[in-house]
Amino acid sequence: MIDVQEVGRTFTIRRRTGLLRRERRVVHAVQNLSFTVRAGEFVGYLGPNGAGKSTTIKMLTGILAPSSGRIQVAGLDPARRRTALARRIGVVFGQRTTLWWDLPLRDSFELIRHLYKVDRVAFRRRLDELTELLTLGEFLRTPVRQLSLGQRMRGDITAALLHDPRVLVLDEPTIGLDVVSKAAMRGFLRKLNAERGTTVLLTTHDMGDIEKLCDRVMLIDNGRLAFEGGIDDLRATAPEETSIEDVVARLYARGAPAAGQRQARGQ
Amino acid sequence: MVRTYALLAWTWMRASAQYPVSLALLTLGSLAVNALDILAIWVIFSHTTTLGGFALPEVMFLYGTAGVSFAVADMLFGNVDRLSTHIRSGGFDIMLIRPAAAFLQMAVDRFNVQRFGRITQAAVVLGLALAGLEVPWSRAWMIPVMIVCGVVIFASIFAIAGATQFLLINAPEVANAFTYGGSSLTQYPLTVYGSELVRAVTFVVPLAFVNWQPALLVLGRDDPLGLPHWLRYASPLAAVALATVAMLAWRAGIRRYRSTGS
Repeated sequence: MIDVQEVGRTFTIRRRTGLLRRERRVVHAVQNLSFTVRAGEFVGYLGPNGAGKSTTIKMLTGILAPSSGRIQVAGLDPARRRTALARRIGVVFGQRTTLWWDLPLRDSFELIRHLYKVDRVAFRRRLDELTELLTLGEFLRTPVRQLSLGQRMRGDITAALLHDPRVLVLDEPTIGLDVVSKAAMRGFLRKLNAERGTTVLLTTHDMGDIEKLCDRVMLIDNGRLAFEGGIDDLRATAPEETSIEDVVARLYARGAPAAGQRQARGQ
Repeated sequence: MVRTYALLAWTWMRASAQYPVSLALLTLGSLAVNALDILAIWVIFSHTTTLGGFALPEVMFLYGTAGVSFAVADMLFGNVDRLSTHIRSGGFDIMLIRPAAAFLQMAVDRFNVQRFGRITQAAVVLGLALAGLEVPWSRAWMIPVMIVCGVVIFASIFAIAGATQFLLINAPEVANAFTYGGSSLTQYPLTVYGSELVRAVTFVVPLAFVNWQPALLVLGRDDPLGLPHWLRYASPLAAVALATVAMLAWRAGIRRYRSTGS
């Protein structure tokens, strides 16, 4: 469902070092990255800040074009077939909303129905279903700006699923959520994956998400794939550690920062 | 395309209606600014009878045609030159994950109706000018043609201004020189400017084709600067050429898009 072959993405940073002198530096945000995600899988994508997670997500969704290599998502090349791909995948960014800030949630959904050309009957059925599963009912008429973070997040997930995508890409969907909302969100995602067979790729810094949801984990560091395998394989990399958080911390530390490279991505 | 645009425009109109006081103040503000524009022309003609060799109704004709073209282009596409703000906030990423052209979403973003007031205002000036001019039908056909071409030219300039911001994220003001600058420039007969500038806006940034050249035809005038006669029919050509450049620039920009940090 997702196929990434030897993908690289470089950024050229220009910095003024003197009055006329300019320094050019090439930063490899992602290099020689290859992985596949099969249909129906639930895969966690881990990595420290600045490791290349977001760059990868942006390449998978067609926001950024890769500098080298080949990507296929749901049978399409994301950068070339961006709008066609948008109808086949759902994307949720935990840190920013895709909803219309000043409109009631319901109106945002209606607008998404038009943009994605979902037919009225299918839309109604799907919205009712999601409303029930995510208990959206009571705030469908509330403007998005007045929603709490947890409510807004549920709204965003719904928005990403109204067109029934085959692949769901989640970039830190549980960031900032309280324990109860987090548990509800995880329960929903697990069900979605199990019952509808939706393929899910999730980035997170919350190890609970990884333990409770993912069949498989990929860990990226300094733009390269540093680990790939099941949760048990992940544990086996540091058998002396008891919590998964410590195991991952070790893996992050192992591929310790090649200094400048990491901070350079935050520009 | 048109349907998606209309739908999103309606959405933004409803969204801005959520803040009625702000909406009212913005409308008043834009009315006042445009009234000053017209006042300036009136002040000039209270001291002289011609401007750059053109009488009041003729200047009003130039003002009106450029004004209508610019106001329509600004209402429909004006937001495109605010691309850098959307890139920095990450909002542009969101547009890229939706199944609609990014240019269209960018153009319609924060669509506001008070810009419609500007169109009406310019149209009134144009109407008054035509009442005082008595243009024969054999030349009047050019008026709708030049307005449409003007819209396309200004829209293309907005698009190019937006496209440059893929590269120059920190310099949106450079773009304003061409968009709003171009609008002010075309409000007066080009004869009031130096001939080098006229050549530049004829052959480099084709602003002279928004209203100046076709207006020479409508008004039945010889070119005071002696440029070839056929140029007055060349507006559609200039519009298509500039639109092509704009489209290529926008595409090249999207390909080079780098997004932001997180």
